[in-house]
Amino acid sequence: MAIIGYLIRRILTGAVVVWLVATLAFFLFFARPVITVARQLAGRAATPQVINEVISNLGLNQPIMTQYWHFLDGLLHGNLGYSYFTQESVDTMVKQDLPPTLSLVVGGVVLWLIVGLSVGIISATRARGPFDRVANVLVLIGLSMPTFVIGEFLILVIFVPLNQHGFTWIDTGYSGPSQGLVKWAGHMLLPWITLAAVQCAIYTRLTRGQLLDTLSEDYIRTARAKGLSERRVVFRHGVRAALTPVVSQLGVDVGTLLGGVVITEYVFGLGGLGQVSVQAVFQDNLPVIIGFVILAALFVVVANIVVDFLYASLDPRVRIT
Amino acid sequence: MSITEVQFEAREAADGQSIANIEGRSQWQLTWRRLRSDKVSMIALAVIIIMVLLAITAPVFAAITHHPPNVAFPNTGENAVGLPVGPFTNGFWLGSDGTGRDLFIRILYGARISLFVGVVTTFIAACLGVSIGLMAGYFGGIIDTLLARLTDAVLAFPYVVLAIALAAVFGPSLTIIMAIITFFSWAGIARIVRGQTLSIKEKEYIEAARSIGAGPFRIMFLDILPNLMAPVLVVATLYIPAAVVFEATLSFLSLGIQPPTASWGNILSEATNFYQTSWWYVVFPALALLITTLAFNLLGDGIRDAMDPRTERILAARRMRRQRKRRRRATAALTGPTKDFPDPARQAPGI
Repeated sequence: MAIIGYLIRRILTGAVVVWLVATLAFFLFFARPVITVARQLAGRAATPQVINEVISNLGLNQPIMTQYWHFLDGLLHGNLGYSYFTQESVDTMVKQDLPPTLSLVVGGVVLWLIVGLSVGIISATRARGPFDRVANVLVLIGLSMPTFVIGEFLILVIFVPLNQHGFTWIDTGYSGPSQGLVKWAGHMLLPWITLAAVQCAIYTRLTRGQLLDTLSEDYIRTARAKGLSERRVVFRHGVRAALTPVVSQLGVDVGTLLGGVVITEYVFGLGGLGQVSVQAVFQDNLPVIIGFVILAALFVVVANIVVDFLYASLDPRVRIT
Repeated sequence: MSITEVQFEAREAADGQSIANIEGRSQWQLTWRRLRSDKVSMIALAVIIIMVLLAITAPVFAAITHHPPNVAFPNTGENAVGLPVGPFTNGFWLGSDGTGRDLFIRILYGARISLFVGVVTTFIAACLGVSIGLMAGYFGGIIDTLLARLTDAVLAFPYVVLAIALAAVFGPSLTIIMAIITFFSWAGIARIVRGQTLSIKEKEYIEAARSIGAGPFRIMFLDILPNLMAPVLVVATLYIPAAVVFEATLSFLSLGIQPPTASWGNILSEATNFYQTSWWYVVFPALALLITTLAFNLLGDGIRDAMDPRTERILAARRMRRQRKRRRRATAALTGPTKDFPDPARQAPGI
């Protein structure tokens, strides 16, 4: 039952963190003059009366604590507010824009873990061999490439030439899985590679370093000495111990991952949460920006709880209390 | 005694002598010696120096080509249908951009921004991170708890998301970008410094300093800090490319340096409309960005290896191998074919 108590405690602290982020975001964004928003909404030629009307329509003329109270009240009822421009509920927008983001994150993470871990393991077991050398060079290039440059590069080198020759399976924009899985994969392939590339490099390097350290430990020699197969030594004894720092890195990297999501969606015009929030930034559409920041915080908190459980199940020395 | 043997004797004597009057070298001298023998790091360093020189002399190139960075040349810089001209046409070394400006000059001016942002933000972040990490590690207790939690919070936060929001709130400008990058960079350095401080502060010489009445700040900055410079330097070298990438990303999203001021990020963002027609518009700024970050990453790795005491053994082994090879070659050259006398060095395995 200790696990359930731990889980409850983690969820409570997580809720506090989300509340802190929400409050911070709220006051940060409302601490500046509301008139700029109103002026943009009302149009360039608006009279002061029209601007005042817009302000009172949006409820921006109320005392800031009242506004904050409304905001918190809405938040507790799962209501993130309404877009300044379309009056659309932010909740609806989130529901609409979640599928592309979810497709991107799930596919990207799977790709990055598979490639990053397997290349790292092969590199470590054949350290200083040709495979390891090539992998090292690629890792350094991957580490130095900004996500958006990788995206642009893939568009320039793969998407544009293929499209010019009438091969349209690989495409930009988003197409849901309901319109055909093959089509969906074609649309998502380049974004997945883009999102995974930088992370692959980090995880390859981390896995390789950890596994090399682990494989030089005494208990690995013992395992070899008692005649276990090399495969069993590497995977059952080596990788398992080497993975714990990699998993804890996973928790730290969730934030970086979200940044990568924003950029990837923007580059490929996927239209997910990231792209919508960048648009909201250009429009001064505060409720949408705050909604996205809160969702991001929620995601980070949940991911960290999952990672901690994973960590405990991998490393028998770590006890959940 | 043959000539070669005499030579060997002489060389051995020289080696012996250098061992005899061995002198103490500081950590920095050792690091520099090791770094100098690492070809990759030296190439990376050369690339960085060239980049810096190019950035400094950008106005000179603008004067040579008669192409100021923000001036469009509709007559020479655009072809008949109004598209950018390619490299080495009409005096445009790397072609022109979407509005007929000189791409090469704009990339040089972009380098000024990128390098300035990268170096200055990393320096400020390092100062902040070192101070906070030292205080957290040295004082411990509630100060440590607060500062360490703050560090963790900054590290775990989706920084691109928040940076985008902050850039939107305060309006994009060079100062705001640098403030944002600094804000998200100090935490990593603080965490490393804190960890090191925790172990160093238990050493006896710190106790000695305290017993002769040194104050906490004197101990932190004069006694502990010098021992931390190595890891801080390594991390800082690796943070510069991160800051350069961060700036480029913000500018790419139109939240950083605003046009017409050139930055690698906003050049690449403008280039997105010209994929089908003008490859150079995308390729050259991307290459500039990639080469710069790669050079800093390679140099950072090199410095880290050079400071790692374990590397000395690898280098020594390499030196020995090289010497052996040289000797073998010298022997072969002087005594002719050595078929009858196999080199003992080659027999090693199996014996």
